[in-house]
Amino acid sequence: MSHEVHARLEGVTRVYPAVAGNPPVHALGPIDLDLRKGEFFSIVGPSGCGKSTCMDVLAGLAPPTKGTVWFEDKRVHGNVPDGIGAVFQEDASFPWLTVEDNAAFGLRRAGVDAAEIRRRVEYALSFMGLKDFAKAYPAQLSGGMRQRVCIARTLVLQPRLILLDEPFGALDAQTRLLMGDELLKLWRETGATVLLITHALDEAAMLSDRIGAMSARPGRFLETVETGWSRDRDSRMLEGETFGHITGRLWQMLRSESKRAMGHEGGVA
Amino acid sequence: MNRLTLIRTVVIVAFFGLLEILCRTGIISPFTMIPPSEMAVELWLLIASGEVARGMRQTLGNVAVACFFAITVGFAVGAGVHAVPRLRRALDPFLTTYYAVPFFVFYPLLVFIFGMNNFPMIMIGFLFAVVAMIINTLNGLDKIPRVYRKVARMHHMGRTKTALLIELPYAIPNLFTGVKLAVAYSFIGVIAAEFILAPGGLGYAISFAYDNFDNNTMYALMLFILVLVTIINMSLHAYERRLLRRQGR
Repeated sequence: MSHEVHARLEGVTRVYPAVAGNPPVHALGPIDLDLRKGEFFSIVGPSGCGKSTCMDVLAGLAPPTKGTVWFEDKRVHGNVPDGIGAVFQEDASFPWLTVEDNAAFGLRRAGVDAAEIRRRVEYALSFMGLKDFAKAYPAQLSGGMRQRVCIARTLVLQPRLILLDEPFGALDAQTRLLMGDELLKLWRETGATVLLITHALDEAAMLSDRIGAMSARPGRFLETVETGWSRDRDSRMLEGETFGHITGRLWQMLRSESKRAMGHEGGVA
Repeated sequence: MNRLTLIRTVVIVAFFGLLEILCRTGIISPFTMIPPSEMAVELWLLIASGEVARGMRQTLGNVAVACFFAITVGFAVGAGVHAVPRLRRALDPFLTTYYAVPFFVFYPLLVFIFGMNNFPMIMIGFLFAVVAMIINTLNGLDKIPRVYRKVARMHHMGRTKTALLIELPYAIPNLFTGVKLAVAYSFIGVIAAEFILAPGGLGYAISFAYDNFDNNTMYALMLFILVLVTIINMSLHAYERRLLRRQGR
């Protein structure tokens, strides 16, 4: 794998200002992170540790309080650069549009010509297994399919960096595994760099080249774990011994942090 | 015809059938009420004679104007108040208690300001309807998922495009509920105002027929209003349900 840096966080801190008499919230950092071009990187950590804030800062949705963010050697500061796509945990499909119009939404905004929109949308829908549902409305689809609509809407824009904020968080365990396979297929075909935010250690262990384990708030990287998987992996790896070792190692790192996040400050033996 | 529509139709037919029997058998005196079939015949004759055409035009015109302004002003005020949370907190008590105000007490004041013409009726209709639109606009805008703003920013959309292409389409079912209520309240406001002191319109015609013991005209016009309002509201309700179903709400 190439080790060319695709995106970089340098000393990034994010503090939410005081609101309505509440004190400021130090949500993140300082953290440093190099995302390598074409890799699948996951961030795991306890609830409220700043994982999503980290993604927002990297996407340009929120400016860092301190530190700098780089994407393809250009500075990102509270503006979303071209080439970054994001899928969020919440269902963000547009219920008033059909599946194909949802997928075409970004391309139409960008003024791409109709033939090209049709080509890209057809490809994305068939890739995500939604071809037969092109004329359906999101309300007629399951939660997993709606999330696939959102992925298709991102995919058609051909992003070079795909950010995923717990995209399968609301799905059942089996669907999550199958969606994980789809995601790996997408990653292999597009060659994009993927950053996945997740609280599911098994999901991170199955999908990622590297996993950054984050401390309780304010989130800092405790350690980065290299999985050593080959690119053509899928959910069948769950049967292997290595998978269990990686998940166990992540849990070892995060157990005390998760307790701390829950308010058990004393840690664990 | 689905099962629910069938039940509804049976209930309506049974109600009017029962009323017809009660009137025809004299259980309900002809001085109190005429049979529904006679109301329909009278209405047809009234419409054919053109006697009430002017009144109908006047009432429907006033309702349309009151409704148009209630919808546009209600939407604009709702969107404006939504954008300024502090203003909303200040206005919330007024909005929630608004319908406790008996607007008809302002009728003399409105006549004093606007004179004996259509404006006081339009104003009453407008005042009755506008807050329903404001409240439903606020509800609609409140329900927009926050994640859409992130999606909009990921698509490099500014505030106006986000509002027009994402927030407004999402809020449409709620806005439509506001429109439906605004139509109903405009009818109530205008026709009730015409009853009080209007120089014309359907409300005035019903009141005039009542004062002159002209049951036939009174019931024919009541039937007209009832049928018209029911058709309009059922059509709006059906469309509202379609919008909500499409959005999975």
